Amino acid sequence: MKKEDVPQDPGALGKVTKEVCYATDKDGKYTKALSSGWEVKINALDLAWEDIEERVKAAKQKVLNNEASPVLFFMERRLMDMTTIAAYTGFWRWQIKRHLKPGVFKKLSAKKIKHYAGAFNVSVEDFINMNVHED
Amino acid sequence: MKINFEHKQAAHCENGVTTSLLQFNGIKKITEPLAFGIGAGLFFVHLPFVKINNGPAIAFRSMPGLIFKGTCKALGIPIERKKFSSKEKAEKILLERLEAGQPVGCQVGVYYLTYFPKEYRFHFNAHNLIVYGKEGDDYLVSDPIMETATKLTSYELERVRFAKGALAPRGQIYYPGKAPEITDEQIAVAIKKGIRKNIFYMLKIPGNVVGVKSIANTGKKIKKWREKLGLKTAGLYLAQLVRMQEEIGTGGGGFRYIYAAFLQEAYAFLPKPELLEISKMFTQSGDLWRTAAVQAAGIYKGRIGTQRDFDQMGDYLIEIAEVEKMAFKALANIKW
Repeated sequence: MKKEDVPQDPGALGKVTKEVCYATDKDGKYTKALSSGWEVKINALDLAWEDIEERVKAAKQKVLNNEASPVLFFMERRLMDMTTIAAYTGFWRWQIKRHLKPGVFKKLSAKKIKHYAGAFNVSVEDFINMNVHED
Repeated sequence: MKINFEHKQAAHCENGVTTSLLQFNGIKKITEPLAFGIGAGLFFVHLPFVKINNGPAIAFRSMPGLIFKGTCKALGIPIERKKFSSKEKAEKILLERLEAGQPVGCQVGVYYLTYFPKEYRFHFNAHNLIVYGKEGDDYLVSDPIMETATKLTSYELERVRFAKGALAPRGQIYYPGKAPEITDEQIAVAIKKGIRKNIFYMLKIPGNVVGVKSIANTGKKIKKWREKLGLKTAGLYLAQLVRMQEEIGTGGGGFRYIYAAFLQEAYAFLPKPELLEISKMFTQSGDLWRTAAVQAAGIYKGRIGTQRDFDQMGDYLIEIAEVEKMAFKALANIKW
């Protein structure tokens, strides 16, 4: 890539920092250049977030329909997969799978609920009621 | 307490930490491209049957820590590295090292990294930064991705050092040990070692999960994605490929340019004209990766999306695999 071709499109990262990249000068020699962002990857990131928002919305609907527990909603909202949630809560995967069922969830001890709320970085009340605040 | 340490920005976090720490230890000739090349940083892996963030498990980098390890080892510099089960002990040792005047590399998770934009905060646990002091409750942080040095409170630093999940850092700290002066001759030897190791990674590992064969194999898979996954999911998969390829800290196309820069810099230590010619091949590969990313964006933005467009996308990767195969073979053929 030539230095003059280094993309300078506005994106989320560009608000915080420019990125270093390596590009060639007029003699073909590599030098460092700064890029504020590239539309192609900004679009890719936007798409990833659109997908996450859809998943969060679908999870919320499932909880409202009594097909899943708030654990599913916060897993999606906190971008967690089974490995991550198991590591943060200390529960086994099979336990978490059970806790995703609304019937099982309702009988969970206050201690376990607190564990989940802690892992999702929300208060117990917000956890049970699926309240979200910008953070 | 503040160590007299100069923050430097880099294209990739681990290159940046390695370069800055080695320069601090007096090895001034080390640059980011040299650290990347000596540490054999060019990589490609596509794990079958595994998904990351609901998409394909593709990475353009080797396991975290290998660039630092490879670069130090090839230069004959000892490595200090520690993981912790206790948060208190992790902070105590960090403070001890800082008191002793040693800036420290830390592996961290980015999900709770407060100075990162929200859009970039996924559960990715192999980010690297340097801590070089403490003022009040704030740790002074040199994150190679950022233009300027930054800060984290002791709580914020503890939270990212003890992020959990895949590749959990477990408070890991690392830094190069003291070494006698490194000569140009030693750097030349390290460059050759790094190149040989990278040839192994990209050409010699059996199977088609790692290296240039894996790139071609991914190309073949992409051609089937439209039919197999439907246009929408196929688009999400391609977006994930581009993010793994071009985003900060991962770098696919960008990595090819760093490798091309490495070969140019290597020429100063080992005047083989082939190095400059092969550098151009990596530039060509980097350009092709970018062309492929533009094609992928056309698909996930919905501008294009026929089977022919997916075939074209797959063919780009197959072509890249061919270019990189030729380049590494040419490197293997250099008579040192």
